[in-house]
Amino acid sequence: MEDKDKVPETYYNSIQRQGYTRRDFLKFAAYIGAYMGVQSSAIGQITKALETTPRLPVIWEHFQECTCCSESFIRSDHPIVADIILDKISLDYTLTLMAASGHQAEAAKKATMNKYKGEYILCVEGSIPMGADGNYCCIGGRSALDILKESAAGAKAIIAWGSCATSGCVQAAKPNPTGAVPIHKIITDKPIINVPGCPPIGEVMAGIIVHVVAFGKLPELDSAGRPKAFYSKRVHDSCYRRPYFDAGLFAENFDDENAKKGYCLYKVGCKGPSTYNACGNMKWNGGVSYPIQSGHGCIGCSANDFWDAGSFYSRDSSIIPGNIEANADTLGKIALGGVAAGIGAHAVISNVSKRKELTHRINQGTENEKHLEDL
Amino acid sequence: MSTKTNDYKRAYIWQLPIRIFHWVNAWAITGLVATGFIIGNPPGLISTKEATDQFWFGYIREIHFICAYLLVAVMILRVYFAFKGNKYANWRIFFPFKKEGFKRMWHVIKFDIFLQNEETNGSPTGAVGHNSVVAASYLVMFLMGLVMIGTGFAMYAPTSTWFFPKMFGWVTNLCGGDFNVRTIHHFTTWTFILFAIVHIYLVFFHDWLEGLGETSAMVSGYKFVRRERIKEDKETEIVKEIAAAENTTKDSVLK
Repeated sequence: MEDKDKVPETYYNSIQRQGYTRRDFLKFAAYIGAYMGVQSSAIGQITKALETTPRLPVIWEHFQECTCCSESFIRSDHPIVADIILDKISLDYTLTLMAASGHQAEAAKKATMNKYKGEYILCVEGSIPMGADGNYCCIGGRSALDILKESAAGAKAIIAWGSCATSGCVQAAKPNPTGAVPIHKIITDKPIINVPGCPPIGEVMAGIIVHVVAFGKLPELDSAGRPKAFYSKRVHDSCYRRPYFDAGLFAENFDDENAKKGYCLYKVGCKGPSTYNACGNMKWNGGVSYPIQSGHGCIGCSANDFWDAGSFYSRDSSIIPGNIEANADTLGKIALGGVAAGIGAHAVISNVSKRKELTHRINQGTENEKHLEDL
Repeated sequence: MSTKTNDYKRAYIWQLPIRIFHWVNAWAITGLVATGFIIGNPPGLISTKEATDQFWFGYIREIHFICAYLLVAVMILRVYFAFKGNKYANWRIFFPFKKEGFKRMWHVIKFDIFLQNEETNGSPTGAVGHNSVVAASYLVMFLMGLVMIGTGFAMYAPTSTWFFPKMFGWVTNLCGGDFNVRTIHHFTTWTFILFAIVHIYLVFFHDWLEGLGETSAMVSGYKFVRRERIKEDKETEIVKEIAAAENTTKDSVLK
């Protein structure tokens, strides 16, 4: 924040000033390019952009959230990620990490918003409570809704970090006491990149920021506003346990023999088959592991409303709210029983009620059979 | 005892494409339901073989997908013949929501549910093809089929490269995520199971009580209608036509 009034320096300048060598910088460019899924020829483009582009002013707002997105971000495994993005991206306002506080911080944000009107990137972590006039989440005496509208007005684009900002996450889970809504429900006139996950993978977050910086435009998004590079495949489709799924080898319990063998966790409620994320490819904490590799099914944290979408340990979902646990097969079996009983009763009653007609017809038929010339 | 029995005429009601649709559809749905339940809740097998040596669950899914494509193919065929087929296959049959249609529906309900007797020239429902209630239920099942195709291909789309499944990608967003898509797909499956049971029962019920040959009609295409239902002035024509070619009687059979 201190260099707000200086000539904006480029990323490369600031990386050098941090003591990184050219070699480190190029390694970073190749590394982030690989994560972004660009072809190798584009790595030169990324390098050039980071060398020549003035640093992007970023305002990072925190609303109803747990800060796990920021935590995930600063734990990206390449040191330059934290350095470049957090220290050097000119992160002008972020409650968690900025040194300033109180009126100074608010004033700094205001200054950035005015100076870079229409240029800065707004990152939002957390959902917005709409209940009680937005009073469930107030910062500096103002409601989250108010702050978001103000910051969004001058933003070039908005990055919605995490499931809170993209679908409401746990705050918006039933019964949603604060009336929490995701960002795209409030801001409709700005391009929004949805980066769901609780939290998103740190490298994914870094990759998206670098994409915006390097190419000067938003990454290619799918119909749900998520960057295709990271969210086009289901966890299931890139899972290393997928061969067990196709072979029909499933763990039935977390303590059974099959679980020990590392079989597919489909039957213990893994939400990999319905969750779009890059966990299977990129993994977490520098490619160390991810939930399925650690023996727990995917809970679908980057899927919409994952808290309400059934149990984490079962594939069944109940549709009747309240205490009645009803899934498709339970209801189906009840309906099947009802239909079977109905048909049985109907068959008996119809034969009884139409007995005259039937008797007449049977007699006719028998009579005809007797008079049939044959053999 | 009276030995006077009704005189029946053979009428070609269900054309070949309609019968092909019916049976491919029926077996595709059977395959889809059976494999669908296995996919939804696969049996946990204990195996000593390596995963590389087996692929049974992959094949189950493959059968599911093949049946799904068959279902789509015959559905397209059926829609085409809703315009090209005879009057019993025409799309208008499936929209009996006019005054006449409701009257017929009430008639069917009286006969099927309240079990009243009403003589209408040998056909208590007054219909030779689909009766109005059944036709309306087929419309519902057609929509359910669209729901299944939409949700099924929406789940299939991300792993597909062909344009056809990819067309259904928007369904996922509409439903609010894959999990909901899956739930809808699973629930809707049960409408097909319940429908199939009622459908088969009612075919037998009507065959037993109406005697039009409903059960065999979907194999041979012929139903049996009472002589009185066939207009006199057309009769000679029918005889001629039947003599010429057995399959050109469609316009001669009147309600």
